[in-house]
Amino acid sequence: MDFWVVLIKIVGALVWFLVLTLYLTWAERKESAVIQDRIGANRASIFGLRMIGLFQPFADAIKMIFKEDFVPPFGNRFLHTLAPFLSFFFVAITVCAIPFGDKLNIDGRSINLQILDLDAGLLFVLAMLSLGIYGIILSGWASRNRFTLLGGIRGAAQLISYEVALGLSLVGIIMVYPSLRLQDIVLFQGQNFFGWLPGWGVIFQPLGFVVFFLAALAETKRVPFDLPEGESEIIGFFTEYGGLKWGMFMMTDFMEIIIVSCLATTLFFGGWQVPWMGSDGFHFPWGGTWLLPHGLVVLFQVLAFNIKVIFFCWLQILIRWTYPRYRYDQVMDLGWKVLVPLSLLNIIGTGLVMGLLK
Amino acid sequence: MIKALGYFIEIIKGALITARHFIVNMVFHVLNLSGIKTKRKGAVTIQYPEQRKELARRHRSLHRLTKREDGKARCVSCMLCVTVCPSECITVEATEDPDPEIQKVPAKFAIDLSRCCFCGFCVEACPEDAIRMDTDIIEASEYTRGNLCYDLNRLLK
Repeated sequence: MDFWVVLIKIVGALVWFLVLTLYLTWAERKESAVIQDRIGANRASIFGLRMIGLFQPFADAIKMIFKEDFVPPFGNRFLHTLAPFLSFFFVAITVCAIPFGDKLNIDGRSINLQILDLDAGLLFVLAMLSLGIYGIILSGWASRNRFTLLGGIRGAAQLISYEVALGLSLVGIIMVYPSLRLQDIVLFQGQNFFGWLPGWGVIFQPLGFVVFFLAALAETKRVPFDLPEGESEIIGFFTEYGGLKWGMFMMTDFMEIIIVSCLATTLFFGGWQVPWMGSDGFHFPWGGTWLLPHGLVVLFQVLAFNIKVIFFCWLQILIRWTYPRYRYDQVMDLGWKVLVPLSLLNIIGTGLVMGLLK
Repeated sequence: MIKALGYFIEIIKGALITARHFIVNMVFHVLNLSGIKTKRKGAVTIQYPEQRKELARRHRSLHRLTKREDGKARCVSCMLCVTVCPSECITVEATEDPDPEIQKVPAKFAIDLSRCCFCGFCVEACPEDAIRMDTDIIEASEYTRGNLCYDLNRLLK
């Protein structure tokens, strides 16, 4: 029985992840179009039914599947094939640590809406996201093309310039909510302060959130920080890829957006917590209560989590379509000279405030 | 430090501009999709094959040969268009007409559209107003190059 529960959780989470990824490609096209006063992809149709382009991801997938699976004759065939899978795997596995909701009670059985409640869930997610860089370096190297190799090296250089800041910016959160378990961090954020203020991470750690979000944007390797790829002028690491392997790199990009949104939501915006909702319903600060059955409460929690994640996906797409690319040295400057000192300052400030309030 | 703060403010301003475009356009998209007509549309796009922009009156589109009352071409094979054509895409072969008022008519009149640059000099040169570029056809595309050579019958249509 436990086996089936775990299996259903894994399948459900992966389906959620992949469907959201597929439709994020559609959302990216549409959102960029709306920002630029255009309409965007709306021609893909099934029997004349267009549905404002909702079939576009499937058309893209079919196109990519039927393209030639090309490996350059001078490249390393095994590593060239392995690289996109590595990239994809390390991002896809992070979803298992993300809490989607509180415990769901069915038949006296308590099901945690999270695949793996790891004690060091936060470290696990960060570690897996960092390992994803191996796919990029490997793809650049295995193509045996100077330009893709340079793209891979740029990716590695970018990684070391933001990864330190990313890790340090989360130390403050770990100090405030003394746990590395993501479910615990979300539970701590359910407390209200002064009776009305939800105890979300962004309220205690505004600076930490800014640093985290900037570093996480660099993690996704999209436009303000797209040094490894640079699709408009500098040649990126997946130049020698085509068809479905290239599609896996692109999906990895979008999955990273979702994971970054999940992390921002879980750590700084209350995860699945709905403001003023406890385990039995809403308790408004002005005195009213609205009691809900258990099933509805869990549904609201999952919905709240999804809405927050989709908001952050929207925000990241907006950022991608607003700013030009940072130069190579500017990313290093931003990482080492701005973000790392700011995150250190954040740690010291958090420690001082916590020491004084004790 | 103040300089960095200025950058930061400008970055936020930039995001607000794109966010404003998104929200305003989204509101008009939703209004239009839900059937409420508004003066302003959510996008400036013209959905080309279905919606067409009206062409300007002086737009030079596909050529046509004008006709007399009896349906024959007004062209008298004076060769002025052939002479003036910069891309040399017009071919005219003259023949005799029994009517003494007309005397010459084209036996063959062909325009090779694959060479035509749509400059409109032939229209300007014509003394008989026999060739015009006012069909408003802008999609003269074919599957073979041979079909792009328009002959007398197709031009008279």
